[in-house]
Amino acid sequence: MAKMHVKMTVNGKEVEALAEPRTLLIHFLREDLNITGPHIGCESSHCGACTVDIDGKSVKSCTMFVGQANGTDITTVEGLTNPDGSLGVIQEMFREHHGLQCGYCTPGMITRAHRLLQENPSPTEEEVRFGMAGNLCRCTGYQNIVKAIMASADMLNAQKEAAE
Amino acid sequence: MIPGAFEYHRPASVAEAAGLLSQLGDDARVLAGGHSLIPMMKLRMADLSHLVDLQDLDEMKGIKITVSSVTIGAMVTQHELIADDALAAAVPIIREAALQIADPQVRYVGTIGGNVANGDPGNDMPGLMQCLNATYEVQGTEASRMINAREFYESAYFTAREEEEILTRIHIPRPAGGTGYAYEKQKRKIGDYATAAAAVLVGGGEASVAMTNLSDTPVWSQDAGKALASGDVEGCVAAVMGAIDPADDMRGPVEFKKHVAGMILRRAIDRALSRAS
Repeated sequence: MAKMHVKMTVNGKEVEALAEPRTLLIHFLREDLNITGPHIGCESSHCGACTVDIDGKSVKSCTMFVGQANGTDITTVEGLTNPDGSLGVIQEMFREHHGLQCGYCTPGMITRAHRLLQENPSPTEEEVRFGMAGNLCRCTGYQNIVKAIMASADMLNAQKEAAE
Repeated sequence: MIPGAFEYHRPASVAEAAGLLSQLGDDARVLAGGHSLIPMMKLRMADLSHLVDLQDLDEMKGIKITVSSVTIGAMVTQHELIADDALAAAVPIIREAALQIADPQVRYVGTIGGNVANGDPGNDMPGLMQCLNATYEVQGTEASRMINAREFYESAYFTAREEEEILTRIHIPRPAGGTGYAYEKQKRKIGDYATAAAAVLVGGGEASVAMTNLSDTPVWSQDAGKALASGDVEGCVAAVMGAIDPADDMRGPVEFKKHVAGMILRRAIDRALSRAS
């Protein structure tokens, strides 16, 4: 089958490539672009380890073909670091609150939490749990994941206030 | 899990998409959000040579609300249904149901059109659309035609839509002001299909009741609606229990599913009645 031409923005950089239409976005990111932050967990749209942000939406990149993402703006966990390479707020809070054990689900958790806090900057704990329901942690470390996201919300709001 | 090879198409209009389907025949399938189709393609249970992505079709997007009806484009996502405050004011049961579908990531991408058109008895929107007496607009290469949701589902994955037709819009008559509503769903975990789910509208001397995942199609029972409209809750439950036909599967044996169906329906009726004014 002929390859198709795709063009998209990934973590602020424009990317152009040829890809087979059946290529799933997660495979394109990891194998063609060497962006290995998004992980392959269940590969069946349950676990959320492959979550990336596409045009302001959290998406499971194992359940999207590369052609569907043609022309979009994608952010992965790599794109959530500060410009100087240091950890972004949510990443830092996951570290500080031990929001990970084995770490496999963490890129998906952080990328999803980023969008959740964009849409709802001051969530309740219940809203965090509902908003994170598409991401599974098989170490079952949910308590600290929720704590890290609540702390991220406080930190981001404090930064916003300080900037105003 | 890599799907078989296919050719990818992204038409710019419904007419172009319908033309592609008519020309490519059985080898082509349309792609909306893809959260039912892509998993089936990965398992090689859906076999196709052409994928027609509908994402650029603005004709199939947006929600229009008038005094008497609501029209929802088939490409409207569950997330957009939930976020639309005007829709929540006009037909609040839609937001209540959409919030119980899958998980946030799936709701950003999964569409109402895909949910109703696929014919999967596990999907929540078909039963809800039957409860609301919705009409589906389908478009082939000829003029579009209307099919009532209550006449759309023939058996699991078989519907009144022809292969070369695209479900473009959903038309819903607005329930009268003060109509009580509830969508109640029992599931094993987040993201699962319903073990049993019930959609109930009641008020102003009228009622409508539909059930999800308790037969190979959604179950709308006219007798159940009539009984509930006259205040006969027991008669309503009895009519529904007579109409459902659950199968034994990993969500439980038949007797368990009937038990859950009865519980879920009673909860939905209670909540709908408490909201009716």
